[in-house]
Amino acid sequence: MGTVRRREPGVPLPLLVPAVLAVAFLVLPLAGLVVRAPWGELGSQLTGPAVGQALRLSLVSATAATGLSLVLGVPLAWVLARSRARGRSVLRALVTVPLVLPPVVGGVALFLVLGRQGIVGRWLDQALDVTIPFTTTAVVIAETFVAMPFLVISVEGALRAADARFEDAAATLGADRWTTFRRVTLPLVAPGIAAGAVLCWARALGEFGATITFAGNFPGTTQTMPLAVYLALQQDPDAAIVLSLVLLVVSVATLLLLRDRWLTRAVR
Amino acid sequence: MSRCAVLGTALVLLLAGCGGSADGDAAATPSDDPAGPSGTLTVFAAASLTDVFPDLGERLEADHPGLDVQFNFAGSSALATQITQGAPADVFASANGSQMAVVTDAGLAAGEPRVFAANVLQLAVPAGNPAGVTGLADLAREELAVALCAPQVPCGAAAEDVLAAAGVTAAPDTFEEDVRAALTKVELGEVDAALVYRTDVTAAGDAVEGIDVPEAEQAVNDYPVAVLADAPNPEAAAAFVELVRSEEGQQALEDAGFRVP
Repeated sequence: MGTVRRREPGVPLPLLVPAVLAVAFLVLPLAGLVVRAPWGELGSQLTGPAVGQALRLSLVSATAATGLSLVLGVPLAWVLARSRARGRSVLRALVTVPLVLPPVVGGVALFLVLGRQGIVGRWLDQALDVTIPFTTTAVVIAETFVAMPFLVISVEGALRAADARFEDAAATLGADRWTTFRRVTLPLVAPGIAAGAVLCWARALGEFGATITFAGNFPGTTQTMPLAVYLALQQDPDAAIVLSLVLLVVSVATLLLLRDRWLTRAVR
Repeated sequence: MSRCAVLGTALVLLLAGCGGSADGDAAATPSDDPAGPSGTLTVFAAASLTDVFPDLGERLEADHPGLDVQFNFAGSSALATQITQGAPADVFASANGSQMAVVTDAGLAAGEPRVFAANVLQLAVPAGNPAGVTGLADLAREELAVALCAPQVPCGAAAEDVLAAAGVTAAPDTFEEDVRAALTKVELGEVDAALVYRTDVTAAGDAVEGIDVPEAEQAVNDYPVAVLADAPNPEAAAAFVELVRSEEGQQALEDAGFRVP
């Protein structure tokens, strides 16, 4: 893991103790899941058609939400970090509201805008005959709403930390701002974007409240893994543990794979 | 207005310094006992009791200064899970027998659960009934947005029974995690119909209209209540259960749309 490994005298005690506590705090609940998992019935639980369906839907919608967040969120992060417009701090506070909003409230808010009776949704429904709630599109929208701020904050931080002199140099050499953004800024902050995207994807994958409120819960269309886990918990806690483990293993595996294939290369 | 009456009654009882429990078989009404229940009482109650129990809690608090009644409203199955996982609850009021059985089977109830109310399903439609829903058969119409409770929660299990009795294959757009979530979607006008409890339709006021379904008699949900074996405050728990089963409590439940035994 460590690329910088010269003269490492060990971790100072005041850092080591809290760090170990932090690991215990974060990892023990996962260990609890693993210990309590009904390993004997694992096979029968996993072969149910609902599991594959929910898992596929989760992966597809979280990835789509991450894609949408990249397309919209990176430009937003640039505006927050680079533009000189007034009211940027207000804008920043506004776009990070989904971070503090209880997701269920976010789901209701989405209804009020995009629902059949919503401000925009009413028009979509009547003029274009498009209804968003209770569709996979609604899942992606709910997940994007909750997860995009994570990407925006990460990328904005990366942009602020990036050396602006490279951009200045590109500008002196005659590049316009768009070219500078594409050819200089983007490669410069690629690790930050990658980290933000991973965070965004992970948050979208675990999204529950906004999804079950705005998109509802229907197997195959809107029932993602967290929803399946929640409902399984109502009746069969063992099945819920198995489903949680599946989600856990798949997400950790994906993140590790990405880290090897993509993140480390970007960091270099 | 009924709330005023309730508060007024509570105040009168408080001033008179005598408990008004109409339950004749109780040896002593709670407030005759100077020590009386005090401290904190934690009641885990089915989501459908959200509009009745807080009033009853206030009455009990008025009868017993020093008593603080806390409620945890959620789907009965979620509550049963919390209780079996060791949540510190005094009373469990479930929306059906099977979730109460989860708790009693685990040996966590003190004594036999008592049925204190019953609830039947009703079709809930947004005010004005925009989709022209008239009965269960409309739930099969593909073009309608329909919400049912998930089969894992009591209202969903009851909905399955009712639909089976009616011979209707519903075309739901969503299986909601609890009955209030289904109701919210009707209130917002996002679904054209949902099968919820009659009490939920009553609670929603003017935003929602209820349509009786005869087949609902096939799946009447009994609501049992029990004091829990590990109750931190068993005395207050017993007083609350007694109040729920008293004439006063039964009247409040009836006003909210419940049937009482």
